[in-house]
Parts: sequence; C-alpha cells; structure tokens
Amino acid sequence: MAYSEKVLDHFKHPKNVGSLDKNDSNVGTGLVGAPECGDVMRLQIKVNPNTNTIEDAKFKTFGCGSAIASSSLATEWLKGKNIEDAMKIDNMDIVEELALPPVKIHCSVLAEDAIKSAIKDYQTKNGLA
Amino acid sequence: MAQNKMIYLDNNATTPCDPRVVKAMLPYFYEHPGNAASRSHPFGWEAEAAVDTARQQIAELIHCDEKEIIFTSGATESDNLAIKGVFEMYSRKGNHIITATTEHKAVLDTCKVLEKKGAEVTYLEVGSDGRINLQELESAIKPSTVLISIMWANNETGVIQPIKEIGDICAKHGILFMSDATQAVGKIPVYPKENGVHLMAFSAHKMYGPKGVGALYVSRKDPRVKVTAQMDGGGHERGMRSGTLNVPGIVGFGKAAEIASKEMKQDAERLSKLRDKLESGLKSKLEEVYVNGSKDFRMPHVTNMSFKHVEGEGLMMTFNQDIALSSGSACTSASLEPSYVLVALGLGDDLAHSSLRFSLGRFTTEEEIDQAIEAIASGVNHMRDLSPIWEMYKEGVDLKTVIWSSH
Repeated sequence: MAYSEKVLDHFKHPKNVGSLDKNDSNVGTGLVGAPECGDVMRLQIKVNPNTNTIEDAKFKTFGCGSAIASSSLATEWLKGKNIEDAMKIDNMDIVEELALPPVKIHCSVLAEDAIKSAIKDYQTKNGLA
Repeated sequence: MAQNKMIYLDNNATTPCDPRVVKAMLPYFYEHPGNAASRSHPFGWEAEAAVDTARQQIAELIHCDEKEIIFTSGATESDNLAIKGVFEMYSRKGNHIITATTEHKAVLDTCKVLEKKGAEVTYLEVGSDGRINLQELESAIKPSTVLISIMWANNETGVIQPIKEIGDICAKHGILFMSDATQAVGKIPVYPKENGVHLMAFSAHKMYGPKGVGALYVSRKDPRVKVTAQMDGGGHERGMRSGTLNVPGIVGFGKAAEIASKEMKQDAERLSKLRDKLESGLKSKLEEVYVNGSKDFRMPHVTNMSFKHVEGEGLMMTFNQDIALSSGSACTSASLEPSYVLVALGLGDDLAHSSLRFSLGRFTTEEEIDQAIEAIASGVNHMRDLSPIWEMYKEGVDLKTVIWSSH
C-alpha cells in the first residue's frame, strides 16, 4: 500500500511527541484504542484556564503509519485552539488532510476519540463537565 | 536484483528466478514452441522431451519416480487437487480429514469448502513451538478418516512439522498423508517416500524457479494413490490434471530443481549462519525481542521475530524504502486480526502485532544482513520512542491491568 506524502512526513518527522504531566490540573489525557486492536493513542492537552485555549499538545501512538500521522496532525491542529473549536475537529477532516485510504479511516476515528477523551479528562478534572 | 539496492528478505513470499533458470527457459518460448501433447511432429516431441527432463530433475530432487510428478499451476492448485481429489476419490471409505490450524489458506479454505460438501474436518492445535502434538493427532483418527494434511514447513515461522512421525502414524492406520511442502522443497532435503508422505504439493517460484508452475507428488506404489481430477479436459498428467503443459515454466522448474539438488546444502549452511547473525545482532541491540516458534525444528533461512510494544506495519514503514519483508500484524490486511499462525502459537496480541518475518534467500549477502540489523534496530527504537505502551511498560505499568477502550 502506498502512503501519501503527508502521512510519510508525519511518520518520519512526527510533531509533538512526548508527555505532559498527567497530574497537572490543566492537563487532559486521552488514552484510546487497545493493544489487541493494533493501535493505542495517548493524546494530551495543556489548557490555559483563563483563556480556555490549548497551549500545548503531545502524543504517543502505538500503531501503523496512518495512526501515527493522524495523532501527529491532531496535536498540530489542537495547539492554539480553544476547547469549543477543538471539539469540532472531525475525523473526516483528518482523512481528507492525510488522504487516508478507506482501510485506514479507523486511524482518524481513533484520533478524534483521543481528542474528545483528552478534553473530557480536562473538564472532569476541573469540574467543568 | 531490480529495485536497485533494495534488500530483499521476503523469499518465503517468492524467490527471484535464478538467472540460470531463466536461461534454460528462454528457448522454449520461440525456438521450441511445441505443445508437449502434440504427438505428430517434432515440435511436440521436443516439448515432450523437455518436460520429461524436467520431471526427472524434480524426481531426483525429492527422491521419487518421475511418473509420480503431476504438473500444476502452483502449490495452491496442488493443495486443492490433492485434498478435493482424495475426498472425492475415497468418499466410500470415509469423509473425515485431519489438518492443523497453522496450515496455509490453500489447505484451510479447501477444507472449509469440503465441510459444506459433507466432509468432517478436525483442525489440530499447535504448541507454542508451532508443532502439532502426535498423540493428539493419533487420537483424532476415526474409522472414517481418509486424509491427514500437515504442511512440511510453515510459511510464516519456518517451523518444520514431525513429518516422519506423522507418516508412521498414517501408515499404521492406513490413512493417506498429504503434505504442503511449498516452503521446504529445494531448501532442505524433502523426500516424501522416505517419510511416508503420499501426496505432496510444491511450487517452482519458492525455489528460484518461475511463477505459475507447481507440482503434486502422487505416490504410485505402496500405496497407489489416485485423485479425482478437478478440471475436465484433455486428460493430461495421467488423467489427474488436464490442460496444456506450461513447457517453459516446467523447464524452468526442472532447472531450478537441478540447481537445488546440487546447491541447497551449501545454501542452507550459509543462510542459517546469516539468519543466526540477524537474530543475535538484533537481540544485542534491542531489548524485548522474541523469536517465534521452534528454534530446533525450523527452516535454515527463516526467522519470525516479535519486537515488544511496536506495531509491525508501522515498523516496516521505517525501513520499507530499503528492505522488503513481511509483517504478521493486522494492518497489512484490511482486517484488524493479527496473523492466525502466530495467534495459534499462543502469542499474546501484543507480540502478534509486533512481528516481522525475515526470509533469506540464495542471493542474500552478509553485507545486506549487516545493513538490515542497523535499519531494523533504528526503526524499532523510533517506534518505541513513539509508543505509549512501551513507555508504560518501562514505567512498570502492568498493561493487563489497564482498561482499554476497544474500538
């Protein structure tokens, strides 16, 4: 299977790899997927509570190239967005941006789930949900 | 090879055609174009003579009589012909077939089709070494058992089954024994008669011959085995496989067999050293590396390795511009299931998703193995740097206690 240039680029030079302190009240962590399914994504956001804006985002992903590219792209898109706009990121936006083939759509779904799950974690921690 | 400088470690998928084989085949496209079944002119006689020579070369490789070789289009056809052909030919004797869960799809799917036609099939499990249990095999035998089909060597792991022992059990119970030996013929000594194998499928393109030609060995004496033809037509190949013979392909198959007879011993010795170097090189550079399946009973040129907490397809992406090989991970197919062969060995999903199959070949060099060790070690490190479960593992988190959100 041939990968798009964008997938290859994110795969070889992933953006925002790493961890944020999950105990920090401003950090929300989403861990989605399962090892037996062949992909696990951990996506973290750091929110400025005064502006409700995502100041930083980090990820680590166990999975195929498309899963890694989807999460790398998601962190790029999250940085600088406020929570409301971040909630609007749709998996099909990722599919389109990375030109994912149909068999890889689940990678984009997982990235969307990871975003929502990280936001939910932040909101729960801060009594906002 | 073409794809300049690419390192080819996928010889279990197919081998390059040996240039000596190509040279032998070429005259049979134009200079000698005859149909081996044309009895009335020299073109036909020439083609028939060439096919006879090839039959002899192949018979010499597997120590059988040349009349016991039935040419087919490949091992998949040979598997189909053997299993369906025996099931139909011996239907009055019984309807029970025994095989194993790690067989090639050409065997498993053929058995599934026969189940719809009234066959009863027992699928034996394998141990963590990938081999069947002989007691389980023997106790699965019933009065209605007509065929036992167990592969010689596995395509994904290279694990070799206890063929001689299975042959003895079959002889004791008067049951036909069929073996898919596609991955073994031409690489290690494979002698069906001496091992009690009555039918054996194999293919040219796994032993440096051309694609599109294979054979089924069918024992002619003690016992004389017959299979019902699966295609109707001119009654070629002693009535078991109709269709004009692929003369250039068969000539190439014969040449490949002749070369294998002379060179497989030295190839195997050289490749097992390179394979061992590959394994020890990766193990010395990386933690949590596992070799899947038996190390005592396996093909000399194959290793199937798992790299913990790294996903196989992603890993391959780190080096697939330079190295060609296969992964047992799910993502190489549309399904999310990892390799059924590795799962049958009892590998956890984590290791099954993390596997690579290396299959070396006659044209693999030591320099290529050195390069592969470097590239794969750096790929595994790249993937582990990206892997949240590797991080959790390093932090001492028991991954089995994590509640995963399956999707």
